[in-house]
Amino acid sequence: MSALLDHLPEFWQGLVVTLQMTAASFAGAAVVGLVIVAMRVGPVPVLRAVATVYVETLQNLPLLVLLVLAVFGLPEIGLKAGLTTTAIVVIALYEGAYIAEALRSGVNAISAGQGEAARALGLTFGQSLRHVVLPQALRTVVQPIGNIFIALTMNTSLAAAVGVVELTAAANRVNLLEAQPIPIFVGAGLAYAAIAACAGFVTGRLERRLAVAR
Amino acid sequence: MIRVRGLNKWFGDHHVLHDVDLDVARGEVVVVIGPSGSGKSTLCRCLNRLEAADSGEVLVDGVPVPAEGRALARLRADVGMVFQNFNLFQHKTVLENVMLAPMKVRGVSRAEAERTAHELLARVGIAEQAGKQPARLSGGQQQRAAIARALAMRPKVMLFDEPTSALDPEMVGEVLDVMTGLAADGMTMVVVTHEMGFARRAADRVVFMDGGRIVETGEPNAFFDSPRTDRARDFLAKVLTH
Ligand SMILES: Nc1ncnc2c1ncn2[C@@H]1O[C@H](COP(=O)(O)OP(=O)(O)O)[C@@H](O)[C@H]1O
Ligand SMILES: [Mg+2]
Repeated sequence: MSALLDHLPEFWQGLVVTLQMTAASFAGAAVVGLVIVAMRVGPVPVLRAVATVYVETLQNLPLLVLLVLAVFGLPEIGLKAGLTTTAIVVIALYEGAYIAEALRSGVNAISAGQGEAARALGLTFGQSLRHVVLPQALRTVVQPIGNIFIALTMNTSLAAAVGVVELTAAANRVNLLEAQPIPIFVGAGLAYAAIAACAGFVTGRLERRLAVAR
Repeated sequence: MIRVRGLNKWFGDHHVLHDVDLDVARGEVVVVIGPSGSGKSTLCRCLNRLEAADSGEVLVDGVPVPAEGRALARLRADVGMVFQNFNLFQHKTVLENVMLAPMKVRGVSRAEAERTAHELLARVGIAEQAGKQPARLSGGQQQRAAIARALAMRPKVMLFDEPTSALDPEMVGEVLDVMTGLAADGMTMVVVTHEMGFARRAADRVVFMDGGRIVETGEPNAFFDSPRTDRARDFLAKVLTH
């Protein structure tokens, strides 16, 4: 127990990095997901194909491989960015594919008549997506997106493997000094569980607030 | 107002519209009737290009309907459409349903859109439903809201695809009354319907479709009392005996 308490500042620092990475990469993933789903359900065949390939590719590669590739490969081709920034971008691109798929299932759950009615009124495809289809699609996928958020939080720990000192890496460092893995990693695990619990609470509330009468 | 020439449409190898020609004059009310599967909805949906025809042309107010993009959206803004299943936006109130397109497409201010929406809801007789979600309304009220939503764009033409077919019988009248009122006010209308009473009362012309072709067209009383083709006679015999 004292192993945890003696190193609270390190844990705290790691937790802050984890939270920053989670927030930033989730925001990025949301943007990526929206763009990809718009391409995927849109009328332009080329964009649809690009979006499909994007989703299929990223869903079939391990995140760790992508992280290692980006951290060690990008400098080779002259692209240099901070470790944490690189990890955030990679996680955003990766989780964006999952968000796009969740949104697409939401779009498919909305009757085609909604988009047709919007377009028949003169809304462009983008406007009908933005004002009519996506707001309804989002309501049906609050829970899956909450689950993606939780998975994304856990996935930030993979950044430890490429040298980002987030919560898991911080716990690992403390353990190298104290050699008390059980309290140290249980402590870190509880912090992740707390984040997941918050996410679950928020999605539950959101789902009830956004429920639409049908 | 609408001019259709040589329209053909296939779904796969199913030839759904055969060389359809149709003219609708300004202020004219054309009722399209025919057996199920004869291509009435497809024709209607080709007029605002919700369905793209394979050949032929559609002109609205002298302008060929654009293939896609903003130009197509602009044309659709001038062509109102009312669907069998209402298709009201489920996540918005009735009032917001009516306000959305004028604000987003025409750039009308919120205050003006709201004023117009209240006027139109009063005109179709559901002023007191403005703040409700569509699912809380009866079918007849939902369809009247959908008509108000289309009218809010001040369309040059209104298309109706079986607007009363999804309604309980006691609600058919309230929707047909609104449509009759529109026709009397001089709106150009294309109406796909099985309501022969409405066709007699409100139509300037009846178009009878069968097997993807326009088989017969004529002034309503002449058409109903003495159809010229066997197919129209058979169809009328079936629907009018029920
Ligand atoms: N999206 C579609 N895909 C394939 N076939 C269709 C589609 N829409 C309509 N059809 C077919 O086209 C024919 C005409 O349909 P429709 O225009 O809906 O007829 P109506 O409105 O007169 O009942 C029918 O045989 C129908 O099955
Ligand atoms: Mg039909």
